Amino acid sequence: MSASSPYVIVVGAGVVGAACAEALTEAGCRVSVLDAVFPGAGVTGAAMGHLVVMDDSDAEFALTSYSRRLWTERAAALPPELEDEACGTLWVAADDEELAHVQSKAAYYRERGEAVEVLDRHALRQAEPELRAGLVGALRVPADRVVYPPAAARHFLERARAEGATVEAGAHVEELAPGRVRCAGRWREADLVVNAAGPEAPRLTPGLPIVPRKGHLVITDRYPGFLRHQVVELGYLRSAHTLTRESVAMNVQPRKTGQLLVGSSRELVGWDASLNRTLLARMLRRATEFIPGLPRLDALRTWIGFRPATPDKLPLVGMWEKGLWVAAGHEGLGVTTAPGTARLLADLVLGRTPAIDPAPFDPRRSMAAHD
Amino acid sequence: MTEPVRFTIDGRPAEAEPGVSLLAALWNDGARALRSSVTGEARGPLCGMGTCFECRVTVDGQPHVRSCLTPVRHGMNVGLRTASLPVETTSTKASPPGASPSVDAPQRTESVEPLEAQVVVVGGGPAGLAAAVHAAEAGARTLLVDTYTQPGGQIWRHSVAPPIAAKHWIARFVRARVAPFVGATVVDAVAGELLVEHEGRPRRVRFDRLVLATGARELFLPFPGWTLPGVVGVGGAQAMFKARARFTGQRVVVAGSGPLLVAVAAVLAKEGARLVGLAEQAPLGRLTAFAAGLWRTPRKIAEGLGYGWCLAGVPCRAGAWVREVEEKGGTLRATLTDGRRTWTWDCDVLACGYGLVPNLELARLLGCETAGDRVVLDAAQQTSVPGIFAAGELGGIAGVDHALVTGAVAGLAAAGRPISAALAHRRAAELAFGARLSRAFALRDELRALARPDTPVCRCEDVAHSRFETVASAREAKLATRAGMGPCQGRVCGPALAFLRGWPEDTIRPPLFPTPLAVIEDGLGDDRGQA
Repeated sequence: MSASSPYVIVVGAGVVGAACAEALTEAGCRVSVLDAVFPGAGVTGAAMGHLVVMDDSDAEFALTSYSRRLWTERAAALPPELEDEACGTLWVAADDEELAHVQSKAAYYRERGEAVEVLDRHALRQAEPELRAGLVGALRVPADRVVYPPAAARHFLERARAEGATVEAGAHVEELAPGRVRCAGRWREADLVVNAAGPEAPRLTPGLPIVPRKGHLVITDRYPGFLRHQVVELGYLRSAHTLTRESVAMNVQPRKTGQLLVGSSRELVGWDASLNRTLLARMLRRATEFIPGLPRLDALRTWIGFRPATPDKLPLVGMWEKGLWVAAGHEGLGVTTAPGTARLLADLVLGRTPAIDPAPFDPRRSMAAHD
Repeated sequence: MTEPVRFTIDGRPAEAEPGVSLLAALWNDGARALRSSVTGEARGPLCGMGTCFECRVTVDGQPHVRSCLTPVRHGMNVGLRTASLPVETTSTKASPPGASPSVDAPQRTESVEPLEAQVVVVGGGPAGLAAAVHAAEAGARTLLVDTYTQPGGQIWRHSVAPPIAAKHWIARFVRARVAPFVGATVVDAVAGELLVEHEGRPRRVRFDRLVLATGARELFLPFPGWTLPGVVGVGGAQAMFKARARFTGQRVVVAGSGPLLVAVAAVLAKEGARLVGLAEQAPLGRLTAFAAGLWRTPRKIAEGLGYGWCLAGVPCRAGAWVREVEEKGGTLRATLTDGRRTWTWDCDVLACGYGLVPNLELARLLGCETAGDRVVLDAAQQTSVPGIFAAGELGGIAGVDHALVTGAVAGLAAAGRPISAALAHRRAAELAFGARLSRAFALRDELRALARPDTPVCRCEDVAHSRFETVASAREAKLATRAGMGPCQGRVCGPALAFLRGWPEDTIRPPLFPTPLAVIEDGLGDDRGQA
């Protein structure tokens, strides 16, 4: 391995693989990206693109806030296709118990330097008139953003390519080993390989603790100004935590186009790609409980995606064995954490000190189920 | 004389004949630009039949209303060129669509019983009518679902009296006691059940056997200027005319391809339009060979002759096509070519369409196997999914007689009746006619080269032709460029890209048409009682 300029093959051109390719190229590596379909065709193409700081654990907060800062720093340079918008997040409290949670959440964010605002009943009405009356308050995280995920993957790859990386679409990797991959029957050698294949990662690297966790989304026609923030119910955390049951939570996003992206659902059904219409309907009813005007809006499309979920809700970023690295298992936070993941991975590959503690993301960590 | 309908356009009082579509009312008032595209371009009607979404207007505060499917009503407040521009910042607050007090939130419909029949037919054109009539006459409880409020489909669409052939079928339809469910659009389907939107509300329709007769739409190909208001489809012009949009005194060019060109030109000429010219892209040699083959179906010759005298004196060019169109001082200037020389025709309306493509969306959603642009069918018109049949254009673009015959076969088969040798023979003859038709009007390669880099290909999302250079499939185009992501759901750009690039269309997902979230909330699961 040439220490000055290692050759890296990144497997998977989703938003995480693409960001890794960009960061590794910037760090001086020679990079080839292989994708079985095309950039952003998998979980990235099905994702919401909410760039959100989350506090499920200290490690999650560290990675999401680091990543969102990186997103914010480059926001001005993002091409319009990314539809980047700093709309902020409203974590909506339905009752006093949830409002208490808003207060403790606010304290947690503030202690860590994240500017947040607690909205009372009245301020919430003002902030989002389409939310139903009777909601008791919300936590506003103004710096959270929204982007269009497949455009983000393409943008990262474009930047990598400009620095000399190669990107191959339709390159199905059949087998992966330290320092080499087999693609179309031919082994290709590299100094190291990064498995960034999202929910497909365990197929290539058996033993990676990742399972596909299915979700549904619906997008509407354009209704500019209907919502101003991405609005999420506080109960979303409960929904996001359960690893076995099927669950729904209100999570509605205003896109820069004026469209509304309505989520969310989670279920563990393997790779069953069929639409679960019952769950989809439950998901929409949940959103309607918070936003009574929603049923009037025209839906244009529904789709499903498979989030790559790990037992402790944290991604796998780092070395799996010598010559074989992993950047996968981001579940619903891949778009948010792609820049932080990429920086972390590049720092580790090159032996630099990362900006955040890498230990919680070590792919070989012992993992108790989170919930 | 009946009272005119009084309504407003951008606050200005306007009048319309009672019973016309809102699109016809606006057109007759002189409006050509109805909406602003997402990049602010003016757009007018194209397909005239609810598939292209270019004629969207705001009605009483409700955005995105297709004026072609909406009857004009007293007191309507219509806004043109509103509500489509994307917001630049979240602080740019537009009035929310729910702001209009006249629009009630759709109600939950737990109490509404699903409709149910042994044979359900989707589509009320000739194929669907024939299927429903034959199934019902064979004793099956039959229900027909159609988006339009009037049976007969596009071909038999009419504003005053239906054509004679249509009258016959409509009378038989009534006699056979087929249950009509009209103004109803299928938006989702699973085995044994359809989810239908009716007046903004969901209704389930259960079936033992299903006959798909969803017909066809016009194929539009991008060329410079094709998005200008006043450039409409050929079938589009016909549909608008049938909805009583007036073309009297207007200079009209008819171009593109297919037997519809002559028919539409003749009808418009008869109604007082000034036909500037007609250009058919198929070469004269192929058209002559096709006409010579019509001895096999004498009635079709009679039709052709009937149109002839209407077009006397109108320049008709075979092997010619529109290369581009520009707007100069309210006039459209179409540049045409036959590959050797070019010329211009000035007009008010350019009607341009390249034949028909079948509406395969519902068939594909139900998992029916397709080959190219048709559903794979056996001799009883059954699809690859047992119990699901298809008729008419889904089995090949072959005209109204093919639709009636295949409708009869599908209806009988769905009702469990055998197909007579005579009917099977007629089916084979009509399929052969369809094959000759598609050979005669096969599209020339030059049409693939008309769009310039800046020509919009996806009209909903304003995606320019050059943006497709870096992508390799319809799905990648969707994710990378937003092409096909707008309300027409790729109905216009999908077939265009299939022709231009050879890309098969992307997978089908519900809803099949944009529909209120309230309709999807009803879902198609079986746990309604527990939910």
